[in-house]
Amino acid sequence: MKNDSQSSLRVIIYEGADSAPLADSERLELVSTLLTGGYDVTLANGRGLVRDNQAASLLVLGKFSGDMPSQASDAQGDGQVIFEDIAGLSTEAIVSKVEATVERLGKPSPGGWKPWFPVIDFDRCTNCMQCLSFCLFDVYAVDKQEQITVQNQEKCKTDCPACSRVCPEVAILFPKYGKGPINGDVVRESDIQREAMKIDVSALLGGDIYSSLRSRQSDARKRFSTERDESKALLERKRCLKKLQGDLDIPNEILMSLPSAGDIQERAERAKAKAVQRLARSQTVKDTRSTATPEEWGI
Amino acid sequence: MNQSQPQTPSNHRVVYCNCTYAKIVPEKTKQQVLSELSASGVAFDAFADLCQMSARKDPVLKELAESGQLKIAACFPRAVKWLFHAAGVTLTDEKHEILNMREQSADEIVPLLLEGQPLSGRPDHEE
Repeated sequence: MKNDSQSSLRVIIYEGADSAPLADSERLELVSTLLTGGYDVTLANGRGLVRDNQAASLLVLGKFSGDMPSQASDAQGDGQVIFEDIAGLSTEAIVSKVEATVERLGKPSPGGWKPWFPVIDFDRCTNCMQCLSFCLFDVYAVDKQEQITVQNQEKCKTDCPACSRVCPEVAILFPKYGKGPINGDVVRESDIQREAMKIDVSALLGGDIYSSLRSRQSDARKRFSTERDESKALLERKRCLKKLQGDLDIPNEILMSLPSAGDIQERAERAKAKAVQRLARSQTVKDTRSTATPEEWGI
Repeated sequence: MNQSQPQTPSNHRVVYCNCTYAKIVPEKTKQQVLSELSASGVAFDAFADLCQMSARKDPVLKELAESGQLKIAACFPRAVKWLFHAAGVTLTDEKHEILNMREQSADEIVPLLLEGQPLSGRPDHEE
């Protein structure tokens, strides 16, 4: 995901020197409305600490009592500081000014994506890679230290917590999920017991999802060598996915957007070919690495 | 507009997460915490959604964590800890306190957030 914080607009509600304070209700309504609109807001009044400016452009809203510049540079000179006098303005009018400033400066508008993605609890993770092999959407990857990592958050399917359910160590969180321990609540003994008892994906599908689909196809080839029954295969896949949906709490729309059997098979074949290549290479060249890189595995 | 001169040794930064993009934090708790914080006269940073900041590895998270004592009103501490970790930031129990608006009440959270802060009310307070 692109880091766009440096180009975003930071909104400050200023009530320090040379400005009049807002009424409590006015301030609360303004902060709430801006937050709901996806803006980050700093309340600055000369008391207590707030974060420094990270070279973002600042929009300073206040009821200024004297003359003020409409625009300035911050102390480092690498960000714009824009002042807006909000005296006498309604919350709606102030928010309009904020939106107009965002547009005028060509800054990205906030919102647009519900930040739904897995977060790994590395106190629990054993790097078993089950999540990597389970996820069909390339959310997971392996870093340079050969550690599992969440690399493509935006590819995660909103409201789908399925990978957390296949994790044998209860190490995958979705902070916006409703129930514990997936939501980040403390992992209790009963959760661990449940994980140990649950039907894992391998049991559910008779192997991992890729090998299951491959073996199903192989069986189908044997049985229907002269006439392939595509519709039966599709029905089987549908039944299998329906079972997954129930057991893993996968939303219907996610199942509808799963890669096709052909895509999955192609991916598996690609990974297998890479593995064969790597094996062949490791027999001729001494290779000190214990596992392949993500690129080599095609993930 | 750098307000980083501490007023008392116990001063700490206060961060509030609005969890804007999900309805998993009780609205009543969120509203009460935000309302009491904003009326307290204490400066603080209110973020629309810490998850989003974690996803984009926002350097603000690092700056906050490294700037000294920090109190964060958000959700489950395990979730917040690993959200920061996902952004390359380590939170420690000694310097960082996480208050859980999903489970704790606003009455429990607000005094903890404001503990040690200069609470003399807002100057020329209106209303």
